[in-house]
Amino acid sequence: MKTVKHIDLSTIFVLALLGLFAVLPVIAVAAGQEFYIGQFRRILIFAIAAVSLDLILGYGGMVSLGHAAFMGIGAYVVAILNFHADEGTLLLGFIPGSQNILVTWPTAILASALVALFVGLISLRTSGIYFIMITLAFAQMIYFFFVSLETYGGDDGLRFPGDIPFIDAATDALYEAGYDPVAAYESLFYYLVFAVFAAVLYGAHRLVNSRFGMVIQGCRENERRMRAIGFFTFRYKLVAFVLAGAIGGLAGALFAAHESFISPSIMHWTRSGDLIIMVVLGGMGTLIGPVAGATLFLLLEKFLPDYTEHWPIVFGPILILIVLFAKCGIYGSLLRRHGDGGH
Amino acid sequence: MVATEPLLEVKGLVKRFGALVATDNLDLAVEPGEIHAVIGPNGAGKTTLIAQLAGELQPNAGTIRFAGEDITRLHAPARSQRGLARSFQITSILRGFTALDNVALAIQAHDGHSFRFWRPARREERLRVPAMEILEEVGLGARAHVPAANLAHGEQRQLEIAMALATRPRMLLLDEPMAGMGREESERMVALLRRLKGRETILLIEHDMDAVFALADRITVLVYGRAIATGTPQEIRANAEVRRAYLGSDEHA
Ligand SMILES: Nc1ncnc2c1ncn2[C@@H]1O[C@H](COP(=O)(O)OP(=O)(O)O)[C@@H](O)[C@H]1O
Ligand SMILES: [Mg+2]
Repeated sequence: MKTVKHIDLSTIFVLALLGLFAVLPVIAVAAGQEFYIGQFRRILIFAIAAVSLDLILGYGGMVSLGHAAFMGIGAYVVAILNFHADEGTLLLGFIPGSQNILVTWPTAILASALVALFVGLISLRTSGIYFIMITLAFAQMIYFFFVSLETYGGDDGLRFPGDIPFIDAATDALYEAGYDPVAAYESLFYYLVFAVFAAVLYGAHRLVNSRFGMVIQGCRENERRMRAIGFFTFRYKLVAFVLAGAIGGLAGALFAAHESFISPSIMHWTRSGDLIIMVVLGGMGTLIGPVAGATLFLLLEKFLPDYTEHWPIVFGPILILIVLFAKCGIYGSLLRRHGDGGH
Repeated sequence: MVATEPLLEVKGLVKRFGALVATDNLDLAVEPGEIHAVIGPNGAGKTTLIAQLAGELQPNAGTIRFAGEDITRLHAPARSQRGLARSFQITSILRGFTALDNVALAIQAHDGHSFRFWRPARREERLRVPAMEILEEVGLGARAHVPAANLAHGEQRQLEIAMALATRPRMLLLDEPMAGMGREESERMVALLRRLKGRETILLIEHDMDAVFALADRITVLVYGRAIATGTPQEIRANAEVRRAYLGSDEHA
């Protein structure tokens, strides 16, 4: 009886959370609060990043303290391509810029995946605290690399026209039809991000329950045993690491488009820490957990300052209390047992 | 005397931990189809031997041949793929997974690569059906859907064997399968090993002398990493050096 109740609770939670994200722009427009659409678009973007981190952190047991670097690479790829397209200059003297997301986003994904391959090849030879330290070290190197790129603003970052041409066109069409252009633009962009978010979530759901997903979870449970029964675990962990980096890069690409601005601060190590907190807060080793965690984290970060200027002093203890009371995270605690694949 | 080529042949194996010689110039041959027991007091180097055979530890010297191939330098998964399966003295299972998941993963490991990202593995008949058969075989059929962490100690030991069997091995390396078991559980394990006898080639490490003498075709006695004797149970029982070094003067069943 008890387990049935728990399954219901977690299912209701999933449906409520995803349902809320699905209809949010409609509610915001109806309430005349278009401002919130952008806020929640940003939350969705970080939710994608948190889900990608959870693939290696929660499912694979690989505690990477450098995940924001992949987000940063994806974001910079989009920003730099946009920048060159806008200036009409060539990147490195031969690569033309682009504003077409069908070019820039896949390039962002590919670039992050390649860097993740390189970082993974080296860092996955270690484990435990060494792995944490090596991923952090790589992330710091990547961070300082972008700080040193004066062409793209260095420390100050880079502002660029992040417009997505087909969304602009659709907004114009809706404006002609009598809709409020701000609401139209914000909603269209939101639903584009929501579509990517839904695709990532569904893909990740298939992945974690597939043969591959079973292997990486097996490595988290007991890698030594996995090797003894015949799995070359390194290969699987490496592919998981690359996939997580690639999806992190996709989140970065969305983030760049969302902000029309990029600076190295996106990949500061504290941002990697934030991503870990989001995952742990919501529930490691589940897919809805990181979404819930990102939502709560970013809402607190956004609205706590309205109540007190000393909000960081409140923020930390709130996070600690939640993790203490919900040991498996918000969503994890609703599940009947931890780490059984989730949703 | 040796009619066939041994399935496993160890020559001059040496493993040192600092000044300690845990495996001391060891020779060992296991014939196809036999249960070859390795006995010896605590700290004799039995687990260290298994770890080298399974590819977890690299020896300092010596060679290991399996099925006619030199496998001395191969990693653990490569040896598993060639048909060497081990069980662990200290239970080593995937605790968060159900018993069935544990065994299904062992089957999956030997069913091609696992870069399959889309189909739900828990719904694959070609993994679940044979996994269930193996669980039935070791007597865990009714416990298939229990998380491995929640199984009783004896059941976890049975799961150890089930995972090794699920890799469809040519040879089993069993490290004290009865470790920590009660009387009744031990009897069930002996019955299981008896069913495997003749069908599987087994290197069996065991402390329970009754079980060893009942099951083994041949026995090697290990003391301080050195094989002091190899022979049939009768020969070992009659061996004066073995009695002095290990069995003591007591009569064993
Ligand atoms: N990783 C290790 N490092 C150092 N010494 C070890 C290690 N593993 C085993 N030993 C030592 O090697 C000897 C043999 O151990 P082991 O193979 O576990 O014996 P057995 O399984 O026969 O009881 C013991 O003295 C043990 O302390
Ligand atoms: Mg031992």
